[in-house]
Amino acid sequence: MMEDLSSHIMDIVMNSVTAGAKHIAITIAKDPQTAIMSLSVSDDGRGMDAEMAQKVQDPFFSTKTGRKVGLGIPLLKGTAETTGGSFALTSEKGAGTSITATFDSRHPDLPPLGNIRDTFFVLIVSHPEIDFDLRYAVDGKDFLLDTAEWRRELDGVPLNHPEVIGFLSNYLDEHL
Amino acid sequence: MNLEELKKIREKAQKDVELRQKQARIRIVVGMGTSGIAAGARDVLKTFVEEVGKRNLTDVVVTQTGEKGLASQEPMVEVFEESKPAVVYGNMDPEKAKRVVVEHVVNGQPVSEFAI
Repeated sequence: MMEDLSSHIMDIVMNSVTAGAKHIAITIAKDPQTAIMSLSVSDDGRGMDAEMAQKVQDPFFSTKTGRKVGLGIPLLKGTAETTGGSFALTSEKGAGTSITATFDSRHPDLPPLGNIRDTFFVLIVSHPEIDFDLRYAVDGKDFLLDTAEWRRELDGVPLNHPEVIGFLSNYLDEHL
Repeated sequence: MNLEELKKIREKAQKDVELRQKQARIRIVVGMGTSGIAAGARDVLKTFVEEVGKRNLTDVVVTQTGEKGLASQEPMVEVFEESKPAVVYGNMDPEKAKRVVVEHVVNGQPVSEFAI
């Protein structure tokens, strides 16, 4: 259903947004020794109790019973587990949720990474009020972007101002 | 990271920020639930953001929301304009998004063939 990992990330992070997160950290890293790719998303949203944290991982947990979290979590879990990886979700009510998925990057069924740049771009500009702490460390590249730092510098000019959008777009093209 | 450049942007942009914060003239909301993303909503959202940025439409805000509930018509987009009924567009793609920006957002004529 999700054609690449960047779409998975988009979907997982939307859960954090829906949970009212003000700070979201996203890390995509590949260990050059083991070829293990890891993806983690941590937020300070409203979190879930243990029962709900279990339920959201179940694809058959019905939307009719008020499911607020989409199918993204079971989809990502499925992709991780069928490509020699692992999946872990920890959550605390009132404190936030962290999700970590790993994949064996040599597995033939692993979806491509896709366009991480567009996922980062779209997340930042459509939620300028959220602090995104982004890291992409794959194949010798190590990209870091903390939008809280940008916001301090911009002093009230929002991250979705046309001037900033243009700057961010160029910045991502150059560095990511 | 060039913080100097951000400072320049700040000085240039601060003038119209006050205006923008009062009330955006138009809000474009892209449905970014699981089915929307799987159907290509990210590229639609990106196109709206880029077109609005390129045209320097400081009174237009592009944002996103969770499931819209009509998976068969994703990607879906709602355009809210002051004192007018919202227009819902379905089965969107980047080319259609560009037309919505030109015809609806800039020229005030909703694109009825994409509306649902």
